[in-house]
Amino acid sequence: MSVNYFLTEEQQMIVELCRQIAEEKIVPVRAELDRNEEFPWEIMKDLAQADLFGLYIPEEYGGLGGGTFENCLAVEQLAWGCIGVTTTFAASALGGYPILLFGSKEQKERYLPDVAAGKKLVAFGLTEAGAGSDAAAIKTTAVDAGDHWVINGTKQWITNGGEAEIYTIIAMTDKHKGARGASAFILEKGDEGFSFGKKEKKMGLRASSTRELIFNECRIPKDRLLGRRGQGFIVAMRTLDLARPGIGAIGVGLAQAALDESVKYAKERVQFGQPIISFQAIQHMLADMATEIEASRALVYAVARTIDGGVKNFSKLSAMSKLFPTDVAMKVTTDAVQVLGGYGYMQEYPVEKMMRDAKILQIYEGTNQIQKNVIAQALNKEYAAK
Amino acid sequence: MNIIVCIKQVPDAASVKWDREKGTLIRDGVKSVINPFDYNAIEAALQVRDELGGTVTAVTMGPPQAEEAIREAISLGVDQGVVVSDRAFAGADTLATTYTLSKAIEKLGGADLVFCGKQAIDGDTAQVGPGLSVRLGIPCVTCIGDMEVLEGGKGLRVKRMNEFGYDLVEVEFPALFTTIASLNTPRVPSLKGKMRAKKAKIPVWTAEDIGADPDRIGLKGSPTQVASTYIPTFEARKEMLEGSPEEQVEALVERLKGAGIL
Repeated sequence: MSVNYFLTEEQQMIVELCRQIAEEKIVPVRAELDRNEEFPWEIMKDLAQADLFGLYIPEEYGGLGGGTFENCLAVEQLAWGCIGVTTTFAASALGGYPILLFGSKEQKERYLPDVAAGKKLVAFGLTEAGAGSDAAAIKTTAVDAGDHWVINGTKQWITNGGEAEIYTIIAMTDKHKGARGASAFILEKGDEGFSFGKKEKKMGLRASSTRELIFNECRIPKDRLLGRRGQGFIVAMRTLDLARPGIGAIGVGLAQAALDESVKYAKERVQFGQPIISFQAIQHMLADMATEIEASRALVYAVARTIDGGVKNFSKLSAMSKLFPTDVAMKVTTDAVQVLGGYGYMQEYPVEKMMRDAKILQIYEGTNQIQKNVIAQALNKEYAAK
Repeated sequence: MNIIVCIKQVPDAASVKWDREKGTLIRDGVKSVINPFDYNAIEAALQVRDELGGTVTAVTMGPPQAEEAIREAISLGVDQGVVVSDRAFAGADTLATTYTLSKAIEKLGGADLVFCGKQAIDGDTAQVGPGLSVRLGIPCVTCIGDMEVLEGGKGLRVKRMNEFGYDLVEVEFPALFTTIASLNTPRVPSLKGKMRAKKAKIPVWTAEDIGADPDRIGLKGSPTQVASTYIPTFEARKEMLEGSPEEQVEALVERLKGAGIL
């Protein structure tokens, strides 16, 4: 018996479709993609064909007009298959949100239909070598040169770097203004002076491409400014607020996959003359895993629905919906390896990859320590107001 | 361009169980799925439509619940579908089935192009595709493993796979092709397709609707009838050969020759 989350027919369809894609298209190739650090283009085509890139994009731009909740349902099921593949998909939404939230009508018309159709992937560029958790320390600059902008600097660890056609990046336009001196821009692959640097080799998430973006006297037209000048950090923070429940949902999907493997194995593996699921030591681990996963799922769904219901300031909720499920995913995948024992540590079984993959969830899109800062700051404000 | 794809709902091979006493399939509680080869037929039909335009119509003969198969086809991108269903069709062999399907296609206004899966995994006859082409009076190429549209969209250039390799065949429309798994990778459904499938009205046509001759359908129109089915039993026999390795090999060769294997 599973919890009834009272999904609509359409939401149920999203779940079924994404599960089908995970089972038929992702699971059979995930080990190979991981081993070869191969970008999952074939699967991206399947996701495009299935209309999933348009999930969160309004119908007027060729999308399906879904919200955060629909996006969470989709990535949860895809993540059940592989979070490297899912991150590639989700990062395109992360790069697309700034255009959706802050783009002019012209910018939306120009970019979103191709994004919704899955013809072009998007990437979001904020992080730099010296600016991770301290995002305000970015050094990339954009200078107003009359009829165009000139961008200089290097972005680091950009998901979909080199593979995406469209990039939304944050650069300093007025350094002396600090955080209010940043602005958001749309870059296109092929822009003069825009190139790609090192491709990173990672512990997990290896199907996903992580690369440097290099801007060397990069010239872009004036109309590529996204939102107002000086609004860059607001663009970045609103984007991340909206995307974080999706990361939580990826954690839920990954943890569920690890639990599924664990229970299956525990029922089959015989030691001391009986299946190991009959031992309390194993039973209690599985029970904790299942309970924590359901709690994570309930939190993610509730927050996503709250956001879609239309609230203004949801940074705290969004941080919670990322923090808890991703910590659970790390714990559950680690326990899954433990349940499978020596087999769990071998690459022949899928749980070692799940454990390697899980770690990134506690780090990217704001470390879990930063999520706690966000939650605590909100608490401080809320209680001051009372 | 009218493209027809014929599909069949079959029991899911993964969950099928046998009634060993009666020698029949236990169909209760077994999930029905679209015949695997038919997915390749659907994909082929969609590819031709995407290149040349037109309408893809899925046709299935079966019980009323075969409507699920049509809905799934629509979720994959097929434009419309029809279930041909009537108690009078029960017990049809391939002769009666192809007659029935041809009458339905006639009612649809005929076809420029028909795709069928090579065979259904429950009956395994591989006769319906070729038989239907005879009924429709159009050429047929079976077991195609590769295809491309001919210049000007006049027909298809296909590879007919056989045990030695393939024949490269060019056929102008109208024509019928049967598909094998290596032809293409069937697509996954799309969300818009699934929503459309949910709402789609699927007509159910009876024998009367398609103007079928009652003597040519169902059991009545079927010269072949299954007298009985049984589950083959396999017996393993064991014989130890004695002597030196050379003698053993000789004895083994003798026996293989005796059994007609060599």
